[in-house]
Amino acid sequence: MQSPNIWQRSETGGRKMNKFAGYALCVLALGGMLGCDKQPPPPVPADVAPAAPPPVAAPAAAAPTRFTPPAESEIPQNEYGEMVLLGKNIFVNTQQHAKAYVGNGMNCANCHLDNGRKADSAPLWAAYVLYPAYRQKTRQVDTIQSRIQGCFLYSMNGKAPALDSKEMTALVTYHYWLAKGAPTGVKLPGQGYLKVAKPALTPDMARGRGVYENNCAICHGANGEGIKARDEYAFPPLWGKDSFNWGAGMHRVDTAAGFIQANMPYGLGGTLSDQEAWDVALFMNSHERPQDPRFKASVAQTRDTHHDENCLYGRTPEALAASIERTAEAADKAAAKPATEQVEGYSPALSH
Amino acid sequence: MRSFVSHTFTAVVVMAASSAAAAPPSIITQGNGAALACASCHGVDGAGNAPSGFPALAQLPPAYFAKQIADFKAGTRTHPVMTPIAQAMSVEDAESSARHYASQPHPKAGASTADPAVIARGRNLAINGAWGRQVPPCFKCHAADGLGVAPAFPPIAGQHATYTVSQLQAWKTGARTNDPQTLMKVVAENLSEEDIHAVAEYLATLGNRGKENE
Ligand code: HEC
Ligand code: HEC
Repeated sequence: MQSPNIWQRSETGGRKMNKFAGYALCVLALGGMLGCDKQPPPPVPADVAPAAPPPVAAPAAAAPTRFTPPAESEIPQNEYGEMVLLGKNIFVNTQQHAKAYVGNGMNCANCHLDNGRKADSAPLWAAYVLYPAYRQKTRQVDTIQSRIQGCFLYSMNGKAPALDSKEMTALVTYHYWLAKGAPTGVKLPGQGYLKVAKPALTPDMARGRGVYENNCAICHGANGEGIKARDEYAFPPLWGKDSFNWGAGMHRVDTAAGFIQANMPYGLGGTLSDQEAWDVALFMNSHERPQDPRFKASVAQTRDTHHDENCLYGRTPEALAASIERTAEAADKAAAKPATEQVEGYSPALSH
Repeated sequence: MRSFVSHTFTAVVVMAASSAAAAPPSIITQGNGAALACASCHGVDGAGNAPSGFPALAQLPPAYFAKQIADFKAGTRTHPVMTPIAQAMSVEDAESSARHYASQPHPKAGASTADPAVIARGRNLAINGAWGRQVPPCFKCHAADGLGVAPAFPPIAGQHATYTVSQLQAWKTGARTNDPQTLMKVVAENLSEEDIHAVAEYLATLGNRGKENE
């Protein structure tokens, strides 16, 4: 069982913004010995061959065919279909349909584009068939429900709906329906976020700011605050009090770089270079956001327990950039031998 | 303190009332000698004219409005009628007309004669896009109600279909290029002619309401 206090907001950590109080201490953590997690392998159930091609794929296709979720018009007109629809509505407009569990200005679909359908945007059809799975970070078998609870706690900076709540049932039903016909226990192409290669140059704040001003500010605002129209966020905030918190997967610079490269600027996905994606991800995640709900005692302790070298929590952008450089060098050396299966953007860290 | 507050309040009410009643600036109703009156094509209320393809201007964010006039002047957007008019407009004319049209209520939609299947196709594009062809939903950038996101994203709900079609085609062919970051160019290039007509017809049905169900 999940230790219950993982899902509770720390009283001291609350909604306070992390002030980077850990800068001085963070230098000590860079040796890599103090809890900076390496990315463990993806959660693949032990009894399933991960490379099995999906049966939905075209028979003689050489390249793996992308799984296609059912069209919205195929939602059945019955009680089950109503639950699918409620799940979709919660996912797309979480602000309205699951208000009690949300503590910021986000909707689930802000990061899982095309209502959770888009490949390389952590699509729900690919997620659903990967669970339950053992995850090294939690050292237990996690379910799709506990994954969804994590989304609420971190990405939505809110609280986790109970397993038997209507919201949870609806969301799981929507995930399940989108995965209709997908093979269980198989990591489908397009799962998770894109994994973006190490940039040629060390990620840089000044370049990142430039990328932001030229490519992002028109929609997300000059200060990453998002833009509202008639009191609702039309463009979601990238940092600040209404954005995802310091425990969310998107606060990892590698995850954000992958999301941004594939999906941003909105409608122009794939147009930024890998370098630009890393630079702007570093710049975006160097800003303040709501406290990590796992905060205990000090920023340094929280960082050492829960954050690795891709996290700017309690770490300066310069220190992070340097550690990415070192990690990349190490990876280059490792790449000399035959490549092991790459994990596409999947972050099995406890952080969502 | 109390009397200060109530004075301020009275002043605000008076100002609001007088600006609502204010006569439209002369550039709208009479032009300035060199530039035709805006109202001759767009109406005093900014409703435009569907058969002639003159766009509705009511509720355009002033910054977007000013940018279009500036682009016509600079030649980065061109139109046989609008280019000479914009060139004859002073900065003052541009600002006062922008303010005037921004304050006009959203125009009423005329009854649509389009095939319901076409409207349904357009509605689906506006709400869901077609990501398989790299087409994002219109309403992600122009707001869920299609009424725009100031300052850079204009309202598209209630716009005349003829005008929406002409602009999407202009982006597609490269005749219009003043969109920021080529955002509209890429969308238009990925739309078929049928898509363009369907979405324009759907948007034209959305006049005179703030929210879908009002
Ligand atoms: C044309 C408008 C537009 C531009 C330009 C744009 N975005 Fe976005 N962005 C969006 C929209 C809309 C969403 C939400 C998508 C949804 O809900 O389907 C989004 C979502 C995001 C998210 C996930 C949600 C969040 O708030 O954290 C991130 C991160 C993001 N954008 C980063 C960027 C970055 C970095 C750039 C510049 C490289 C950029 N965006 C440029 C419109 C834009
Ligand atoms: C701020 C962006 C953001 C928001 C908002 C968000 N998520 Fe996520 N989600 C992520 C990230 C990042 C991951 C981790 C994926 C990775 O690292 O590959 C993730 C992972 C997931 C996964 C597992 C994906 C997989 O393939 O294992 C599911 C399921 C999920 N989210 C559902 C939701 C739901 C439901 C909501 C709304 C309650 C939500 N997400 C809101 C960013 C977000």
